[in-house]
Amino acid sequence: MVRRFNRGSKRFYDGGVFTGGVRKQSAHYSAKIFFNGGLTVRMGINYAASRAEYPLFLCEKHAGQAGKILKEDFMLTKKDLLGLHNTSAEEIIEILDRAEEMKALLRKNRKAEKILSGTALITLFYENSTRTRTSFELAGKYLGASEVNISASSSSVQKGETLIDTGRTLDAMKIDFIAIRHPLAGAPKLLSENVNASVVNAGDGMNEHPTQALLDMFSMREKFGGIAGLKVAILGDIKHSRVAKSNLFGLKKLGAEVYMYAPQTLMPMEIEKLGAHVCSSMEEAIEGAHCVMGLRIQLERQKGGLFPSLSEYSRFYGVKDSMLSLADKDAIIMHPGPVNRGIELTPSLIDGSSSVICEQVTNGLSVRMAILTLLKEYREKNL
Amino acid sequence: MKYVIKNGSVVFKDGVKKCDILVEDGRIARIAEDIQSDGDVLNAEGLHVFPGLIDMHVHLREPGFEGKEDIESGSKAAVAGGFTQVCCMPNTNPVNDNAVVTTYIKYRAEQVGLCKVHPIGSITKGEKGEELAEIGKMAAAGAVAISDDGRSVMDSKIMRLAMEYASGFNLRCLAHCEDENLADGGVVNEGLNSTITGLKGSIRAAEDIMIAREIALSESLGIPVHICHVSTYSGVELIRSAKARGVKVTAESCPHYFCLTDDVVTSFDTYTKVNPPIREERDRLAVIEGLKDGTLDCIVTDHAPHSKKDKQVEYSLAAFGISGIETSFALSYTKLVKECGFTLSQLARLMSAAPAAILGLDGGTVEEGGAADITIADLAAKYVIDGEKFISKGKNTPFNGREVYGKIAYTIVDGEIKYAAR
Repeated sequence: MVRRFNRGSKRFYDGGVFTGGVRKQSAHYSAKIFFNGGLTVRMGINYAASRAEYPLFLCEKHAGQAGKILKEDFMLTKKDLLGLHNTSAEEIIEILDRAEEMKALLRKNRKAEKILSGTALITLFYENSTRTRTSFELAGKYLGASEVNISASSSSVQKGETLIDTGRTLDAMKIDFIAIRHPLAGAPKLLSENVNASVVNAGDGMNEHPTQALLDMFSMREKFGGIAGLKVAILGDIKHSRVAKSNLFGLKKLGAEVYMYAPQTLMPMEIEKLGAHVCSSMEEAIEGAHCVMGLRIQLERQKGGLFPSLSEYSRFYGVKDSMLSLADKDAIIMHPGPVNRGIELTPSLIDGSSSVICEQVTNGLSVRMAILTLLKEYREKNL
Repeated sequence: MKYVIKNGSVVFKDGVKKCDILVEDGRIARIAEDIQSDGDVLNAEGLHVFPGLIDMHVHLREPGFEGKEDIESGSKAAVAGGFTQVCCMPNTNPVNDNAVVTTYIKYRAEQVGLCKVHPIGSITKGEKGEELAEIGKMAAAGAVAISDDGRSVMDSKIMRLAMEYASGFNLRCLAHCEDENLADGGVVNEGLNSTITGLKGSIRAAEDIMIAREIALSESLGIPVHICHVSTYSGVELIRSAKARGVKVTAESCPHYFCLTDDVVTSFDTYTKVNPPIREERDRLAVIEGLKDGTLDCIVTDHAPHSKKDKQVEYSLAAFGISGIETSFALSYTKLVKECGFTLSQLARLMSAAPAAILGLDGGTVEEGGAADITIADLAAKYVIDGEKFISKGKNTPFNGREVYGKIAYTIVDGEIKYAAR
C-alpha cells in the first residue's frame, strides 16, 4: 500500500520500497521525484499536487527493485509520435503530466511563452480538418514556434509528388515538427522514416489518432484523478475510427477497461484480442461506465452498405438520455467531434452537465503543446 | 558437347543416390555409379543434383514494364535461382492476349537464351473478364496455359466457357482466386493485424469463394483447373476435399505463404504487400501440410519484380508483389526440408516434376534420355538474403536478413551451363 503525506511544501511517497520527495524547479514548471532507490522522475507540479497515481504505478511496477536505476529522466524515446500502439505507459503519462502544466499556462492566459521559440511547425493535412489542425497551429503559436500550413487535397496523394519527396522538401526547409493528417494508414510512419523533423500523427486512415486519444485520456484523468480502473464505453463506428483504436491502445496501457458497441459491420475483426470488451448491447457497454464516448458516423458508410439509414442507426446505436442513468453517477460524455446532433448523441447529452466535449477541445490544445515541448526536448538531447 | 557430372548426390523421384551423369548433345545419355569419359568433367562432389527447377508462375514484365523487369533480367535471375524453365503471366502491356505478344515473348526469350520461357496467355481480352482472348492462336504460338492472373474472371459464365474452350487446345486455366467485390480493395489479410494497422483487410472468404467456384466448374464440366497461389487454410481444405472425390484440380503455393505470417505487415513495409495477402499462422501451417500430403501440387514464386518507386509509397498505394525467383529454392529447402522433414525427392517433385506434369512440359526428372535440364545446389551453404544483391531488377523481398541454406551452384539447360556460382 502506498501512502502519500505532506511535509511542508514537499510531498513524500512511501511505497514500502520507494520513498522520495518532490522538489520544485521553478524554471520548468515541473518537478522531480527522487526515489530512494535512485530513480528520478520528472513530473508536473499540478499533477504531483493532485494525484498519486504515477508514483503508485511506479512503486507497483518496481516493487522489490529498490536501488536499481531504470532511467535518469523520463523522456519520450522516439523522435516521432506516430501512435499509441508503440508508445509506452511511461511516455503517455509523461505527456499527460506535461499537458497539465500547459493547461495551467492556458488557464492563466499566458499564451506568449517562448518554450518553442526558434522552432518551426508545419501542419501537412491531406484531409479536411478544423479542430485538429487549428489546435496544432495554436499549440505551436502559443509557445512561440513559427507555423506554416500546407493543405494537400486527397487526390494529390494519388498523383504528383510522392510523400517521401514532399517530406524531403520540407526537411530541406529546416522544419522541426510536421503534424500530418493523411487518409492512408501508415503514411506518417513512411514520412517519419524519411525526414529529420519530428512527425506527429494527426490521424492516418483507419490507423491511429494519438493526440485525440491523449486528450481524451487527459480529460478522463482530470475528472477522475486517474485512468486505472475506469470503465470506458466507446460506441459507434469503431471500424473506421482511428480515435477508438488509439484510445484502446492507450487506455489499456494505463489500466482502464474498454467496452465497445457497434453494428457488426462497423466492428473491426478480432479487436477483442487487443483487450476490448465487445458488447452485445448498448446497455452492457454503458452500465457502470465512467466515460461514454460517441463516435462520428459518416454518411458515406451508408452508401457502402454498412448500415441501412441514419434513422435506423440512430435508433439502435445512438445514445439516448435515459441510458445515462445506467452509467456511473459521475460519468462524463465525450465525443471527438464533429458531432452529428441527434444521431450519435442526443442534443441534451451533448449540451448537458455530464458533457466534457468542449473541455476536450481545450485539453487537446494542452496535450499538443505538451507533445511539441517534449519532442523539442528529445531533439535537443538526441539529434 | 559431352561431359560427366561426377560424384553428385542425385535427387531421384524415390530417393537420393550418389551417381555420375553423362550429358551428351543436350540430353542425359547415361546415369551410373562410375562413368569414365574422355570428355570434360563437372565435379559435383558434395553437391546435390536436382531435376531442373520449373517455376510455372512468374512475371517477366516485358513487354511494357521493362523498368520492373525484362525477359533478359528475369531470365538471368531465374537461372541464378536454379530455374531451367519458367512460365510467364500475361499481365504485360499490351496484355498477352494474342499470338503476336506470345510470339514476341518466345522470340525475346530465345534471343536471351538462358532458361526456357513459356508464355501464359490471358483468358479474356485485356484481362477484362468479358470476352475470350484468342486462346487457340496463342496455343499455336506456344502458350502453355491461360490465366487472367492478378484478377479473377468474375463472371462465372465466362470462366465456364473459357475452361471449355481452352480444353479443346489442351490448355489449362490457371485461376487467380479473389472475389473482387468481397476483397473490396483490401491490401492485407483481414484479421488482428489489419485491425492493429488500420490497413484495409481482405477476408479469407474472398479467396475461398473463388477456389470453391473453380472447383465447382471443374467438377461440373469434368475439365481440369489449376488454383494459383493458395494462401488460406480453408482454401487448402477445399482443394483437399475436392481431390478426395476425384475433381481434376491442381494447386500451387509460394514460399511467402509457408514462411511468413501477417505479423510482418505491422511494420508497414510495402515489400510484404502481395496478393493474396500473407495470412496467419494457421494458414501457414496448412499450406505446409498441403504441400506435404499432395493437396498442393507445386511451389511457384509468383515472382513479381517491382521498381523502387512502385514500393516506396504509402502501403495502400504500393504495388502488390514479391521478387521471389532467387530465394525460392533456399527458402523452400530451409523451411520444408530442414525444418519440416520433407524429403529432397518431395522438394524436387514440388519444384520440378509437378509443374512439368500439370502443364505437360518436358523435364521434371533426372532420367536417361531426358533433356539435360539440371540444377546443382550446395545444400550446406548458408547465407543471408539481401534483396539489393538480386540479379532481378526487382529488389522487393520481405526476406531481407533471413538466414537460409541452399545455394545454387550450377543451372544447366539442355546440357549447357547457364549459371555457375562464383
